[in-house]
Amino acid sequence: MIKFQNITKIYNPTTVALDNVSFNIEKKEFVSITGRSGAGKTTLLKLLLAEEKPTRGRVFFDDQDVHKIEPEKLPQLRRRIGAIFQDYKLLPSKTVFENVAYVLEVIGASDLEISRDVPQVLEIVGLSDKPENFPQELSGGERQRVAIARALIIRPNVILADEPTGNLDPYHIREVINLLLKINEMGTTVLLATHNKEIINNLGKRVITLEKGRVIKDEEKGRFIF
Amino acid sequence: MKRKEGSFFNMFTSLKRVIRLGWLNFKRQSGLTLATVSIMVMSIFLITSLFLLQGMTNFLVSNLKERVDISVYFKKDSSEKDILKVKTELSENPEVKNIEYISKEEALDRFTERHKEDPIVIESLAEVGRNPLLASLNIKAWQASQYEAISNFLEKGPHQGLIEKVDYYQNKEIIERIFKISSNISVSGIIFSFIFGLVAILVAFNTIRLAIYSSREEISIMRLVGASNWFIRGPFLIQGIIVGIAATFFTLLIFALVLFFFSPRIEVFLPGFNLFGYFREHLFTLLFIQLATGIGLGVISSFIAIRKYLKV
Repeated sequence: MIKFQNITKIYNPTTVALDNVSFNIEKKEFVSITGRSGAGKTTLLKLLLAEEKPTRGRVFFDDQDVHKIEPEKLPQLRRRIGAIFQDYKLLPSKTVFENVAYVLEVIGASDLEISRDVPQVLEIVGLSDKPENFPQELSGGERQRVAIARALIIRPNVILADEPTGNLDPYHIREVINLLLKINEMGTTVLLATHNKEIINNLGKRVITLEKGRVIKDEEKGRFIF
Repeated sequence: MKRKEGSFFNMFTSLKRVIRLGWLNFKRQSGLTLATVSIMVMSIFLITSLFLLQGMTNFLVSNLKERVDISVYFKKDSSEKDILKVKTELSENPEVKNIEYISKEEALDRFTERHKEDPIVIESLAEVGRNPLLASLNIKAWQASQYEAISNFLEKGPHQGLIEKVDYYQNKEIIERIFKISSNISVSGIIFSFIFGLVAILVAFNTIRLAIYSSREEISIMRLVGASNWFIRGPFLIQGIIVGIAATFFTLLIFALVLFFFSPRIEVFLPGFNLFGYFREHLFTLLFIQLATGIGLGVISSFIAIRKYLKV
């Protein structure tokens, strides 16, 4: 379903973020990407969303070269991917409810669906008491959960989660991981970038380990090594 | 989940949402909105002033031109029939705008009317015992340069025997100066309008550009969560329209108040010209110009400014 083919990404002029990385992700897989900060995890996810272009190599999503998609058609790709960004990327001038509803509005969901689904998802991430708050009124953990709610609500084919538990307390970490597992069981592919040892070791799923832009380990039922 | 893209229902829903999002932006970013509206008010104010100034200049210029004419006086013994023949001939000349025939009797009437408060003049007139005034034609041309030709025609043409004198040469200098002044006024009016119009447009454009610059982060987020360019752009354009309408409303209000109170003072300088009346008379033209300026500036500036942030 997702194919990284000999990907090299060099940020100007000499910082090598990714160095000839190749791997495939099948439908319904749950893959963790781990490695120290700066190992290239975030860059991988940015490449898949076509937020960045690779210096060399190709990225395929459902057999479509992501970087050959015309700018006007990029929204179609991005609507199939639920992305949870490390820096949340919430819309600062919109409330929690509106942030989550926005992605539904974007895909043309009906008002009925919006008023039905948004409260449900906010309930799931534990924010049903703050729909009218603006992002700057929330804690880091709460913002992260808004970002998660936004990624879940469009029922995407793939969830890209970049350190989705970075700002959460252990209770919420478990909640979020269980949620991701549940979504995965229902058939959604999950790509999780994290350097949380507990999570990786408890998951018992495929783990890809990056170091200095290279894949140094890719194993089923992987363990945390750094 | 598959959804039908671009169906009528979808377009309507999107439009509704774009308008609501635009309105919310307008309401929430109150500081920014206030700044853009006030800058826009200034721009529209400037352009409206130019419009009114144009009206005043036109009035002034045509007023000046209206006062310019030449008179040709006929010899005492010229018959009315001959004079009217000259008049007919002159009126066939396309350069002539208007001709008025003043008979001896009418000239006398006007003269006594003008000097009725002056007993010495009236007495001496009575002493003369007859009408000493000459019949004349009062000629207005379209342009100052044409007076010379008309005057030549009269003095050297077939009717020169009838003519006592043409007062063109006495007035030549004044006539030419008046026409020069009025054409100067028109030209500088156009130059000023152009410069101030340009300034107004640039200031408004830059303000809107800055406003959108502050939303660049938000725009790239919208791109990343899969919003189409029109869905992102739409609310900004709506916001631009609302700003334009609000600014028009305020400018119109300011002008109505100011002109209502100051129009009498302006009338002192320009007798016969009521600025408030002119404003009311041209209200719809003005409203159209103001709305076109406001909305046009809002929409076009937003459209241009947002373009570079949509490239994510």
